[in-house]
Amino acid sequence: MKPFDYARAGDVAEASRHTAKGATVIAGGTNLLDLMKLQVMTPSALVDITRTGLDGIEESNGGLRIGTLVTNSDLAVHPIVRKSYPVLSRALLSGATGQLRNKATTGGNLLQRTRCPYFYDTAAACNKREPGTGCAALEGRNRVCGILGTSPHCIATHPSDMAVAMMALGAQVEIEGLNGTRAVPLDDFYRLPGDTPHIETCLEEGDVITHVTLPAPPEGTQGYVKVRDRASYAFALVSVAAIVRFDGGRVVSGRLAFGGLAPRPWRTDAVDAVLEGKSPLDAAEAAADALLSEAEGHGDNDFKILLARRTLRRAMRELSESQA
Amino acid sequence: MSLDQSPDQTTELTMDKAQPRLLDAMSQGLLGTRLSRPEGALKVTGRAAYAAEHLPDNLATGVLVRATITKGKVSHIDSDGAKAMKGVLAVFNGDPLVRNPAQGQAGEAPAQVLPEVHYFGQPIALVVASTFEQARAAAQSMTVTYEEEDAEVEPATASTVDKPKKSQSDTGDLEGALRDAATAIDVTYATAPHTSAAMEPHASVAEWKDGRLTLHGSYQMLKHNLAELADALDMSEDNVRILAPYVGGGFGSKLGIAPEAVAAAHAARELKRPVRVVMGRDQVFQMTLRRSETTQRIRLGCDASGRMTALAHEDRVSNLPGEAFSEPVAQGTHFLYGGENRRFTHEVARIHRPGTGSVRAPGEAVGMIALECAMDELAEATGIDPIELRVMNMRETTPADGLPYSERGLERCLREGAARFGWDGRRPAAQRLDGDWWIGMGVASAVRTNQMEESVARVTLQSDGTALVETDMTDIGTGSYAILTQIAGEMLGLPAKKVRVRIGDSDLPKSSGSGGSFGAQSCGSAVFLACKGLREWIADKLDVSPADLTLRDGVATGGNVQMSLADFAGLPQTSEGHVKPGDTADDFAIAGYGAHFAEVGVHADTGEVRVRRMLGIFSIGRVLNRLTAESQCHGAMIWGIGSALTEELMHDPRDGRIVNHNLAEYHVPVHLDVPQLDAILLEDTRDDQANPIQAKGIGELGISGAAASIGNAVFNACGVRVRDFPMTPDKIIAGLPDRP
Ligand SMILES: Cc1cc2nc3c(=O)[nH]c(=O)nc-3n(C[C@H](O)[C@H](O)[C@H](O)COP(=O)(O)OP(=O)(O)OC[C@H]3O[C@@H](n4cnc5c(N)ncnc54)[C@H](O)[C@@H]3O)c2cc1C
Ligand code: SF4
Repeated sequence: MKPFDYARAGDVAEASRHTAKGATVIAGGTNLLDLMKLQVMTPSALVDITRTGLDGIEESNGGLRIGTLVTNSDLAVHPIVRKSYPVLSRALLSGATGQLRNKATTGGNLLQRTRCPYFYDTAAACNKREPGTGCAALEGRNRVCGILGTSPHCIATHPSDMAVAMMALGAQVEIEGLNGTRAVPLDDFYRLPGDTPHIETCLEEGDVITHVTLPAPPEGTQGYVKVRDRASYAFALVSVAAIVRFDGGRVVSGRLAFGGLAPRPWRTDAVDAVLEGKSPLDAAEAAADALLSEAEGHGDNDFKILLARRTLRRAMRELSESQA
Repeated sequence: MSLDQSPDQTTELTMDKAQPRLLDAMSQGLLGTRLSRPEGALKVTGRAAYAAEHLPDNLATGVLVRATITKGKVSHIDSDGAKAMKGVLAVFNGDPLVRNPAQGQAGEAPAQVLPEVHYFGQPIALVVASTFEQARAAAQSMTVTYEEEDAEVEPATASTVDKPKKSQSDTGDLEGALRDAATAIDVTYATAPHTSAAMEPHASVAEWKDGRLTLHGSYQMLKHNLAELADALDMSEDNVRILAPYVGGGFGSKLGIAPEAVAAAHAARELKRPVRVVMGRDQVFQMTLRRSETTQRIRLGCDASGRMTALAHEDRVSNLPGEAFSEPVAQGTHFLYGGENRRFTHEVARIHRPGTGSVRAPGEAVGMIALECAMDELAEATGIDPIELRVMNMRETTPADGLPYSERGLERCLREGAARFGWDGRRPAAQRLDGDWWIGMGVASAVRTNQMEESVARVTLQSDGTALVETDMTDIGTGSYAILTQIAGEMLGLPAKKVRVRIGDSDLPKSSGSGGSFGAQSCGSAVFLACKGLREWIADKLDVSPADLTLRDGVATGGNVQMSLADFAGLPQTSEGHVKPGDTADDFAIAGYGAHFAEVGVHADTGEVRVRRMLGIFSIGRVLNRLTAESQCHGAMIWGIGSALTEELMHDPRDGRIVNHNLAEYHVPVHLDVPQLDAILLEDTRDDQANPIQAKGIGELGISGAAASIGNAVFNACGVRVRDFPMTPDKIIAGLPDRP
């Protein structure tokens, strides 16, 4: 770990002043500290935002406004989340462990870094960690890497479960920066790697995430299915967040988002569009066709193409059975 | 009392023939009970000090630096920058740093090869500073230049492949027998490399006083570790003392002295102050010995009745060039089943992945996966029940040498286990769908070769009538303190609280140490013999024959006399017990046996496997402590779940490095992976050929075959036969049947 300066911000404006000067935000620290110990991230200054008071959950505009410091544990058990946004509650509870969720924050979860093993090894080529060095995962052990939205410069996935559910829910991220506050739909928050895989979001110097807002609860049945290499405490190989309206055994409409497949929680209108009017299993097949038409495996992770299709089938089956 | 003072009496035994079951004649009633570990409270309250928790004054901290090439030479280490950093005291590279841990029972220093590099992750330097943070930052700052050479890292394509002579054999006419067999199968299995993943990382605190080194370490076999450390430092064993009273798990990874111990001792000697070196979790993965990956081709042939006529087990494992160990894959296969035409071949690919060594149940842990799944395939092909097929192919004597078996509870375990598990509820493959899950059952035999090792222990009957047991034995979380307490208490008629056990100090009499499931029986036999000597001494004082002496609750009764032990004249009386393996080890095939039963669910869409319940039933001779023995079975069965479903060290195909070197990505089973486990120990078995206490090892038996039962259950559930372990969903999903 490299020596670093540390400041504790009393409010967001103060935090923003620090990040404008290049400081890195620390919230729960469950991801950042690990990366600093390994010198994968080497910030010269940290600004601690845990005393900024952004830890409330309030109802707003028929939806929910979640402070960035709300822990994954608290968010998962919040009565409104459990009742009206169960996909989010389930996604959160499928992530990490109780201890980690007690510490992990909402903003930190959105911004957690990839779990690509080469990103974690400072002796490996990695364009995300060190731009221009290459991508060791391309021809290496890439079981956890992506099949959609990747580039020859980086095939890493975004590991969050929470963000996948929020993507299906149509969440927005509230950001306070040097030029005031702005709200960015989660759909537009993450960037694809292209030839700059080290730039992962639309955040700029001076930006601090303050809240995540959820629109009014969607109609339909919600579910989160996560397939992983052990029953708990593992990142998703593939996950599906689904919000689907059924009528008489047919899909009326749906919103689907996917984890484990891409550099960002993955969602497209094109996939959602094919669901309408089909039986659940036909809808799953059609969605899989639309989702995976351009999917590309890289060796170890080829299986994700089939697994994504099957996970989708499982999600549709479970949703349709649960609302029947 | 120190080592060179001779005890008042010594009882020696070479195990040349079966011994009377003396323990069955004792009356304290302590042995075999579920005595909780006497040191348990210290551990759970944090008062048991583990190696890294020793903090002598003026302690400096060292951090190891790893190689970031696979093969070649360190040409230059630029440490000027590091040395100028705050708190940095020194940088050591070159001799005597060691390449990897010593193999179990090596008794000599592991390879010292610097400036050469033989694997990615090899320790190449130690940075010492006043604090850990300073040392780590300095270690990360160093620029190392190398002369790099090409290196082979793939076992399948290695150009150098050794075939150790003693591990090849060919009996009868295998090909002919397979040709003539009514049913024959030819299948190849693969198992992934494993790491030990003990909870406590490798850690050493070294301190020198007057030319003598004291090392607080985390080690399993102190007498060998002493020799290895002394050899590495080029000094006399007499000037080294290793203390390891508490060890937070070993599983083989702490059998031999490891890089951090040698580095700490060397740095402390040079800097003239105590030095602590703890491996980071990533370093434990990269710098300790792993279990080799294996490929195993099994061919089996049987006649129309199911009687096997042909058996071949041919494997390939790997290790670094020059390492003597090679995973003895077929160890259990040699004597488990018949088949008069037999072939065994064993190949060791010489590659530059991190070295391989003993990891819990070397041999059977992986060999039994292939054999027992292949047996299931033969059962499927013949239509014979898997249990009947196994029983039918047990022979009266060992197939290779015609040796008699000692106690062999295999058939009992298979049959009793089947009844308890409800084996008769098993259906043909892919016929039970419960919701979205295919349900199936599997069985596998468990076998683990049993060995006893030379051991010495000292027991002192103290003036207050209590007993003190002393040996350099270790407790790696297994229950050594408990079972030694029980053996001494049983023999001397003392309740547990009147027996004190001192272990984990290399200055004490030399035991087997912990490893190979031989610790409890070997060291336990030495304690037994020492106590037997004390019983003779007491009997003599009472003027009765030892057979007429009763010891119970601190009171000796013999003839017409009753006397409290504390009242004997001549106390303290010190007695040494010394046991050595003998002819029984050559005249009998001695092994622990058991059977595993598993019920699994396989998700009909995604191929995820969940173990629903598991039952292991074992025959291990005398049970010394039912609680700790069952715990060993539980732990081993859980590792069986890991081997079957989740555990895999992933090596980069280009440079052999371990890429998943942390516990987030190396998946040991978590609670949710582990269902209700039933571990049953047969009550009434004794193995008279094993040792004078008639007990066999249990630590490794429980893993042997466990994963196979899960593999067989997966097949029974969904009809997909996975021959590549672990059985992650990607290996199952493509073959899943349509739902009915
Ligand atoms: C072993 C392990 C297993 C895990 N398993 C899972 C899993 O299965 N599923 C899953 O979804 N997650 C998993 N996680 C990840 C976990 O969810 C994240 O580590 C956690 O959510 C990060 O939150 P934090 O508050 O600790 O973030 P920190 O570590 O404090 O920060 C993470 C990043 O976010 C930035 N940041 C934080 N807050 C803000 C803000 N308000 N504005 C701007 N930047 C900010 C920081 O600068 C940093 O770059 C796992 C983690 C571990 C260690
Ligand atoms: S996939 Fe991305 S994170 Fe992984 S090694 Fe390549 S560039 Fe780095």
